[in-house]
Amino acid sequence: MEYAEDTLLNIYEKLVLIRYCEESFVDPILNGEIIGPVHLYSGEEAVAVGVCAALKKSDVVFGTHRSHGHFIAKGGSVRKLVSEVYCRDSGCSKGRGGSQHLIDVSAGMLGATPIVGGTISLALGAALAASLRKDKSVAVAFFGDGASGEGVLWECVNFASVKKLPIIFVCENNLYSTHMSIDEIRANRNVYETAKSFDIFSKQIDGNNVLDVFETAKLAVDLCRNSEGPCFIEAKTYRLRGHVGPDDNIQGTHTDIRPEAELESWKKRDPVKLFEEYLLTAGIGREALDEIKNRAGLEVKAAVESLRETQKPAGKEELLKYVFR
Amino acid sequence: MSSDNRKITYARAINEALKQKMRSDDTVFVIGQGVKSPWYVGHTCADLIEEFGAERIIDTPVSENAMTGVAVGASIAGMKAVAVHPRMDFMLYGLDPIINQAANWHYMFGGGASVPVVIWAIINRGGEQGSQHSQALQALFAHIPGLKVVMPADAYSAKGLLVAAIEDPNPVVFIDDRWLYNNSGEVPEELYKVPIGQARLVKEGKDMTAVASSFLLGEAEKAVNQLADEGIEVELIDLRTIKPFDKEAISKSVKKTGKLLVIDGGWKSFGVSAEIAAWISSECFNELKAPVFRLALPDCPAPASCDLEKEFYFDSFTIISEIRRIVQQ
Ligand SMILES: Cc1ncc(C[n+]2csc(CCOP(=O)(O)OP(=O)(O)O)c2C)c(N)n1
Ligand SMILES: [Mg+2]
Repeated sequence: MEYAEDTLLNIYEKLVLIRYCEESFVDPILNGEIIGPVHLYSGEEAVAVGVCAALKKSDVVFGTHRSHGHFIAKGGSVRKLVSEVYCRDSGCSKGRGGSQHLIDVSAGMLGATPIVGGTISLALGAALAASLRKDKSVAVAFFGDGASGEGVLWECVNFASVKKLPIIFVCENNLYSTHMSIDEIRANRNVYETAKSFDIFSKQIDGNNVLDVFETAKLAVDLCRNSEGPCFIEAKTYRLRGHVGPDDNIQGTHTDIRPEAELESWKKRDPVKLFEEYLLTAGIGREALDEIKNRAGLEVKAAVESLRETQKPAGKEELLKYVFR
Repeated sequence: MSSDNRKITYARAINEALKQKMRSDDTVFVIGQGVKSPWYVGHTCADLIEEFGAERIIDTPVSENAMTGVAVGASIAGMKAVAVHPRMDFMLYGLDPIINQAANWHYMFGGGASVPVVIWAIINRGGEQGSQHSQALQALFAHIPGLKVVMPADAYSAKGLLVAAIEDPNPVVFIDDRWLYNNSGEVPEELYKVPIGQARLVKEGKDMTAVASSFLLGEAEKAVNQLADEGIEVELIDLRTIKPFDKEAISKSVKKTGKLLVIDGGWKSFGVSAEIAAWISSECFNELKAPVFRLALPDCPAPASCDLEKEFYFDSFTIISEIRRIVQQ
């Protein structure tokens, strides 16, 4: 498969940007500067980046409690994301939402919220709207393996299939749902097999290989644009951090969930590193990558520094401001 | 330490109620997310899986609609299920089994069967969690005929009300609050019940009556104690049961004091405070010396920013100024 250098470097830049952004939150979480729950996306970046690289700006996505990556990959501003995580008035939700409630309508990020499975039907609604308008746009629902426990997912897959709606269901299977491993909560580990029974395109892929994700997403987008949707993609991946905050959730520690060896083996398959290796073997120079890293680092740093000019919304008038339009 | 003044936390009191009921009644079981892990439900489920096994302490997939229905169905079929929702917000997926099924079941079959299920809903808010992780929805459930709703304010009533809820032949929504989990109080070791439908007179007073429940009872108590130092004597009632609320206890007090402030941790409009205020206004119309006042949350989703949270939630200071204002009426 041949790719333009531009395409590859754009993908790399998004991966790095998300990683730097996520890791910039670690210390502020630990020292209490960030108060609300933050679900880090480190280790899963290739899913959001690969899928969103196949989308147009006019396509829309919906996310979850763990959506910093979806937000940046779809073109949301890093500064607005960082500000929101710190609950500042300059944030994408003006400090009303925090990390768990992200939106950037102009970028096609129509909303991420933390009720598990809660946005899947909304994404389906957006797909229905696209099909009524015949505008050829595609909707993406991002959700985790845990969300496959909610009946609403399968109600949506069925309806989408019956009506041939332009939606891509993207299941980020990181093998855990809070404190439960996938084998404790699913009769069949392979979520894509369940989706297959609805008679749709459904595929399991390596979610840590960004080009695998990109290729599959392009295929799915094409199908959807040709009214041959819906599609289901199960991207197998892993969180380098634990469920919430920077804690690893390693067995034997207070959160006591994941085997250390499992984490170590996934670290070897870090999606950013894997793609870096690919780029180097594809003949892209290290300097080009370093320059991108440098730029991403500066962007995140500038976003964090810009917090100094912001404040948390406060006071009665601010409290009641957005109840209705 | 003698057993009658033993102190344990609110969370441990819930834990003890579950343990003692499960030991004495084989039909009792617990089902919900996080029951095998302290992550979600604090110490309320500590050691349960070790003692009763994964058969009766059932940690579940993220499937609230089905799991709530499972609890309701098992209770129809002769068991006594306690279905826990680590955040009340998550149990909105389970509204059908709770409202359409469990609440109506006994009535719509002419008493043919009852549903002795406990829906245990945890309020877990604050800390910039935002709108979908902060809701206190007692009014929503209290609105439904066929459901009882209890909200313990301290360790003693947490244990006693949970035991009563489990023993009740009807569906009971047991609502606790993470903000209370580490509060300690005197709790008898033996199994006992706090009767559903009975309020508790916390403090006698003659100047006015205040009614509160759950977390805000503690704030009201602080307020009332401080005002007592200023010579303002407030009679304070812990509601304990939201539905059916103790009409006799409240009206008796209001007939004495002539003034009432209703304090509730849910939203103000169409809420618990509205219901009690409306009822007392007609019941005690002749004895009231002032309109009934209410303190509850503003009609606004829970914000994330902690500075907005400070504006959204209220504490003893707000209660103090409201009471001062009312007694001067
Ligand atoms: C309806 C609902 N139930 C429970 C929760 C609590 N909760 C938050 S995240 C989560 C697990 C989600 O797992 P998964 O979908 O696999 O996403 P991951 O966190 O692994 O990215 C749960 C159960 C919730 N937020 N919403
Ligand atoms: Mg998961």
